[in-house]
Amino acid sequence: MELVKGTTPGIEKEPEDTIFSWPHLFYLEFLCVLIVTGLLLFASVYLGAPLEEEASRDTTPNPMKAPWYFLGLQELLVFFDPWIAGVGLPILIAGGLMLIPFLDRNPRGRGYYTFSERKFAVTSYSFGMALWLVLIVIGVWFRGLDWNWYWPWDNAHVHKPPATGLEDLPIIFARVLGIGVFAGKALSDLIVLAYFGAGLIIPAMYFKDFVKKLGLVRYVPLAVMYLIMIGIPVKIGLRLVFNIKYVVLTPWFKI
Amino acid sequence: MASGKSDKITEWIKSTQVYKAVFRHGYEDTPRNRSLTTFSNVLYHLHPVKTRWESIRFRYTWCMGGVSLLLFVMLALTGVMLMFYYVPDVRRAYQDIKDMMTVVSYGTTFRNIHRFAAQGMVATVWIHMTRVFLTGSYKSPREFNWVIGVVLLMLTLLLSWTGYLLPWDQLALWAITVGTKMAAATPLFGVEGPFGTQLGMRPDNDVKFMLLGGTEVGQNALLRFYVLHCVVLPMLVVLFLAVHFWRVRKDGFSGPL
Repeated sequence: MELVKGTTPGIEKEPEDTIFSWPHLFYLEFLCVLIVTGLLLFASVYLGAPLEEEASRDTTPNPMKAPWYFLGLQELLVFFDPWIAGVGLPILIAGGLMLIPFLDRNPRGRGYYTFSERKFAVTSYSFGMALWLVLIVIGVWFRGLDWNWYWPWDNAHVHKPPATGLEDLPIIFARVLGIGVFAGKALSDLIVLAYFGAGLIIPAMYFKDFVKKLGLVRYVPLAVMYLIMIGIPVKIGLRLVFNIKYVVLTPWFKI
Repeated sequence: MASGKSDKITEWIKSTQVYKAVFRHGYEDTPRNRSLTTFSNVLYHLHPVKTRWESIRFRYTWCMGGVSLLLFVMLALTGVMLMFYYVPDVRRAYQDIKDMMTVVSYGTTFRNIHRFAAQGMVATVWIHMTRVFLTGSYKSPREFNWVIGVVLLMLTLLLSWTGYLLPWDQLALWAITVGTKMAAATPLFGVEGPFGTQLGMRPDNDVKFMLLGGTEVGQNALLRFYVLHCVVLPMLVVLFLAVHFWRVRKDGFSGPL
């Protein structure tokens, strides 16, 4: 038992939505242990954990693949600087996940499955998870030699020509608009700033009540996290469709 | 829960001479005894005496939190078993694994269980998180437990990653090489990251060096990953798990209000 101040939702509830842990819960747990142990034993007897050749600095496997649960990150390495793909985004993902309960002020949908009462939250979460899963699937099944894209029907042992024609956005601006590289950089920086600015302001205009209820302290990190999450597939698309390598160029890093 | 038929079977079993010979006077099924079973047992007392209906409904929990714990326990048990045979020395680590798979009785099975349980745990922790999100179970008063859960997810991934190096095969060496290259690219603390060199980071003093105990994946890295994998990270997981479960008990199991 515990002592709490204030009201608890449990008070209005009949005590009859509970059952004795013994035997009901423990039976279920025991059953669960049996099934999972059985499955594991079955897998361990009939499937083997992989073991490759002994480690050697002389030969590098091609492609070099991380464990599957890190292939999402490795896939991001194609599109981003290593510090973004390997450090920045993982920190943002972990931090963003931790922030969820403090940003989500929707009092409804606590303790039961619902979509209609939490459309925004469930959609956002599903989008993030789907993005992550798609990146893993690509890394596991569609990447071959030199980390090039290989369809299942492609010959996995033949090298593909390296991707060519990738250009940085500021350089494209400089070439197409006939302006200096510095102006091109300024223009592309402006576009990125406009993306975040518009992403902050436009939803605030359309969903006034939502933002007001949330408060600025919660709205700004929520919107920034959201824009970064959307920005990842946008940047991937820019590269795949328009051959744009980097959008922001600085002497220290590129994005 | 118990239907008339299973009650009858239970009654019949209890009436046999063998049952009576073993159990003599049996167990009286009273609310008091049911409470005491949970309350006075060291393994069971983590559970509340009475549980919400939702917590035993499969389609609510998918049992994923419990399975994650079970897999962690199995990983600890099989991991100790593997530690009896494995030496984190680059000259023999790979051969130790080979020995385990060929000469040690059930060595292959133990190694396989360890590997599959590890991959399974990554998946179940993830699905558990998804379930908690979809049921909105992180909402007040459980915000902090969600944060602890995210920490546990990170620890699970790190445990899996540090375990990857230990067999010292090609996959191990190069997967860790990829992983620590990312570490070298950490802003400020990595030599190749933004503002790394400006802050005085060199290949022999940055965060990658700290992780590997050298500039490339070698003996020091193997020993560090071994200690992290077998001691440091499991200890952290146990610590955070303790708080996680304690909070579940204190905040109550989630469910419809």
